[in-house]
Amino acid sequence: MNGASVTVGEAPLATAALALGDDALVLSHRLGEWAGHAPVLEEEVALANIALDLLGQARTLLSLAGDEDELAYLREERSFRNAQLVEQPNGDFARTIARQLFFSVHQHLLYGQLAAGDGPFAPLAGKAVKEVAYHRDHAEQWTLRLGDGTEESHARMQSALDGLWRYTGELFEPVEGLAVDRAALREGWLAAVTEVVERATLRMPDGPQTGAWTAGAGRQGIHTESFGRMLAEMQHLHRSHPGASW
Amino acid sequence: MTTMAADAGAQDTTAHEADFDAAVAADERIEPRDWMPDAYRATLVRQIAQHAHSEIIGMQPEANWITRAPSLRRKAILMAKVQDEAGHGLYLYSAAETLGTGRDELLDKLHSGRQKYSSIFNYPTLTWADVGAIGWLVDGAAITNQVPLCRCSYGPYARAMVRICKEESFHQRQGYELLLALSRGTEAQHAMAQDAVDRWWWPSLMMFGPPDAESAHSAQSMAWKIKRHSNDELRQRFVDICVPQAASLGLTLPDPGLRWNEERGRHDFGAIDWTEFQEVLRGNGPCNDQRIGQRRRAHEEGAWVREAAAAYAAKHGKATA
Repeated sequence: MNGASVTVGEAPLATAALALGDDALVLSHRLGEWAGHAPVLEEEVALANIALDLLGQARTLLSLAGDEDELAYLREERSFRNAQLVEQPNGDFARTIARQLFFSVHQHLLYGQLAAGDGPFAPLAGKAVKEVAYHRDHAEQWTLRLGDGTEESHARMQSALDGLWRYTGELFEPVEGLAVDRAALREGWLAAVTEVVERATLRMPDGPQTGAWTAGAGRQGIHTESFGRMLAEMQHLHRSHPGASW
Repeated sequence: MTTMAADAGAQDTTAHEADFDAAVAADERIEPRDWMPDAYRATLVRQIAQHAHSEIIGMQPEANWITRAPSLRRKAILMAKVQDEAGHGLYLYSAAETLGTGRDELLDKLHSGRQKYSSIFNYPTLTWADVGAIGWLVDGAAITNQVPLCRCSYGPYARAMVRICKEESFHQRQGYELLLALSRGTEAQHAMAQDAVDRWWWPSLMMFGPPDAESAHSAQSMAWKIKRHSNDELRQRFVDICVPQAASLGLTLPDPGLRWNEERGRHDFGAIDWTEFQEVLRGNGPCNDQRIGQRRRAHEEGAWVREAAAAYAAKHGKATA
């Protein structure tokens, strides 16, 4: 159910904008949680930079579906359309990198397709695909270092890939209003992820990419436990001052 | 060393010292490869390290509000600001490195308490308005301190400060603008802004350091042109800048002794509670343990990541690192 005052467009364009916008918004928020906790100063800069790029994309996308702040701060959990992958807690640095690898490779290929087309997302995707190329490179470079670094980093990275694998299938579910070649997207993603995972001396996870209560439901508004707490923190101040300007 | 060599060494030092003194007197920059007195180098390392540490510890009180920022615009601004602070830390650790002291060594000294960071960051950010007060007052005080450092005698530090001051001035403006929005907002928002200014005003005045008469390092640093103005002079400048800004914000400053002194052409202000300053410096501020604890934890929990990067670089050669 939507918060009483939230107007959400129902056209296919708005549905697609919400799915893409919520992915960017939620992942940006998770990355923002790293501020002051990163393993090395360079990563404070890099993670904040990725978070900022994603937040910029989210603001453009949400504005296609309604008012950005109403959508971010006044919707209930069930109205968020992000994939469950992006809401997964940061965990250790390996888990954050695995989440970013899975997402950024997907977003890079998706935005590449959208940018090449003439649909309503082409202008945004054309700009964002350049940012996302850096996010992807950052995630790939760290996957290589953690996979082919020490015994400990190898084990942590493998466990992160395995743990998040079941949330990846949802990325390829059809989204209304988003005209893309899903088969090509899935194929390209699998090839790219396999290539970097193997180069990193890691192995591809072998479990299912979806499950009844795991991936596949985020786009319909079913999320995982930690997401409600994330939203409670994100929305609390805004909701405590109804109608205020900031 | 033979006696002759020692004599030659002493003569060299005297000649070098004369060149160094002349360069400082002529307002020329001292560069990393130039000869410099050991005490000058040590003073710079201490000051630059403390500044770098302040940037990275200073990320914490503001990062505390990133996940709760009340609009997406404010969230973007705050994330960019905290990111800038990490960037300032990077420039400054690099400037210290030009003096022969690496980042790892300095971080160890921070984590073990042998080097300090600005005491202001031992105060908590209790409400969203604190993000504005930090921008307006804390960054404002930092700029007042740092603008003269753009003319510091040591080249790499001076050049780093030029860039840092440009970004700090953006930070100061966003803080002022944030407080203005609150001050002109609802009654609750206005009260939140006033409460934040009430809590941050005095600690901000303490940022300029002890009164000139009690400042341990001031005189020598001024002679070396590392420091250009005294603590009390900079503090007075800051007060004079803030008073009209507070009026424009529609907020008051919590000092009944604050008034314009026609004769001096400056503001008089009340006595600073130096006992509180000393206590916070000694580790008894509200957040000392929390700040250094989080810093140590991030460093320790990140050790395996840094080790992995080093192991990978060793396997694959520096070029791909």
